[in-house]
Amino acid sequence: MNNAENDLYQEVVLEHKRAPRNFGTLEHATHQAQGTNPSCGDRVAVQLRLDGERVADIRFTGQGCAICMASTSMMTEAVKGRELAAAQALQQHFRAVLTGEEEPEDAPLGKLVSLAGVRQYPSRIKCALLGWHALMHAIADNDGQTVSTEEGRP
Amino acid sequence: MLDTVRDLPLADLRAQFPLLAQSIHGHPLAYLDNAATTQTPLAVQQAMQRFEQHDRANIHRGVHSLSQRATDAFEAARATLKGFIGAGQEHELIFTSGTTEALNLVAQGLWAAGPAKAWLRPGERIIVSGLEHHANLVPWQQAARMSGAELVILRPDAQGRVHVQDLQALLTPATRVLAITAGANATGERPPYEQMLALARAAGALTVLDAAQAVGHEMLPLTALDCDFMAFSGHKMYGPMGTGALVGKREALQFLYPVRLGGDMVDWVSYEAAGYAQLPARLEGGTPNVAGAVGLAAAAQFIAGVGRSAIDRYLHALRAQALAGLSAIDGITVLAPHATQATLVSFVARDVHPHDIGTLLDERGIAVRTGHHCAQPLLDHLGLGPTTRASFALYNTAEEVDRLIAAVAHAIKVFQ
Repeated sequence: MNNAENDLYQEVVLEHKRAPRNFGTLEHATHQAQGTNPSCGDRVAVQLRLDGERVADIRFTGQGCAICMASTSMMTEAVKGRELAAAQALQQHFRAVLTGEEEPEDAPLGKLVSLAGVRQYPSRIKCALLGWHALMHAIADNDGQTVSTEEGRP
Repeated sequence: MLDTVRDLPLADLRAQFPLLAQSIHGHPLAYLDNAATTQTPLAVQQAMQRFEQHDRANIHRGVHSLSQRATDAFEAARATLKGFIGAGQEHELIFTSGTTEALNLVAQGLWAAGPAKAWLRPGERIIVSGLEHHANLVPWQQAARMSGAELVILRPDAQGRVHVQDLQALLTPATRVLAITAGANATGERPPYEQMLALARAAGALTVLDAAQAVGHEMLPLTALDCDFMAFSGHKMYGPMGTGALVGKREALQFLYPVRLGGDMVDWVSYEAAGYAQLPARLEGGTPNVAGAVGLAAAAQFIAGVGRSAIDRYLHALRAQALAGLSAIDGITVLAPHATQATLVSFVARDVHPHDIGTLLDERGIAVRTGHHCAQPLLDHLGLGPTTRASFALYNTAEEVDRLIAAVAHAIKVFQ
């Protein structure tokens, strides 16, 4: 039996939801993308300042459920100051854990492991991935494009 | 017992819905998502099973006994449903897969005949209320694009109400269609549609009523409404999914160019051309969902048997209980609190997203719907975004409403 308050909404997740890190707009952003899941109403915009192959700074704005906000907040902490390749690898591990292709204990997720419980709630996986999806599109330089993690959407 | 005080034999009724007797995450299921889909009683399930086991065959063309029985069952279902909604001699009922298909038959049918013949012409006006489900908006957007008509929205005020005088101001001699809901699924708002249909009809427009949320409840008979087309679904009135109907005045239905072309809807066919059949066949191309029609008619009989006024009295009391309890929680805003004829409550919580509330409610066995409820423009207009919606049916109990209120209060505490 699932227990959402232990598995899904761990204290660290709720804490990020209440006080998201790196929240706000970034001046002199070099890359950005928006993610939106219209049926939920989740909406996040991710802005980056890349310094060569490094994420020099990152901010996000938007609103969404606790899972979406906490995941995006923790994502910004995890990738800030790191190489692009490391950010992309982390995204792949995070995604693989949520979709059940990788076990949480085998993946180098750090604090993000607190979101591994989302894999028990299939309808919420798209919430956890939205900010990451926007990040990948920002890195790919799909400037201004709005992306989604809902089925059948771009 | 409290339940019989409220006029419904609740224990007997609940026994008619076997699905309800189950646990979700260790709690008894409290199914409060009835505005999306109601459950079906045994009477509906048995009527469909009887058809499938004894009478199933294709209708209308066969000379064999089963085909005749299936045809009889289908036509009997049509007659039952026409009686249920108070249709008259001047009306015909077209079976569809639901409200969405019914509304599309109307909207497409009014432009599909082409620029010279269609009801809708360039420069004419389509008015759609701002309360609508996407199913009564998007087809009209397309109709406007395809015909060159303009789409004008009857905008709600800040409380989500639409006003007769605002409609009056939008009606012009060029207005050809008014499309409006009998009850807004996202908020519970109940527009003064009787008056609005009459005004639009008097101005020369065809009138379209989305009765998806209303058909299982007390309504004026169709003969008493200035309504050219009414659409409804089976699965929101204790009937099968994938069933529904478009009911219209025959003279209005004649304006619809058939968009389901093929078998059953033609009188004669050559390699070059075809002559279309009379109503209702003209608009019912292809093999219909006959078991579904039989089940839908059984659902109508079930509702009539319990009594629509008794059902509504009971549901209005459940809604009032939910409204009072939820409004008392700090940080909760209930939409359209004035909509006393609604059978749902839709609400937002300060700093707490509906999906998070919905997940914690599910944890306690309570099923509600969260999101935009296919009415994104309305929620954007009200500046609200997604909501949590609890919607009631005749098998819900006061105890389930208490559980809802307690679970929402708990969720707010967890997330704020």
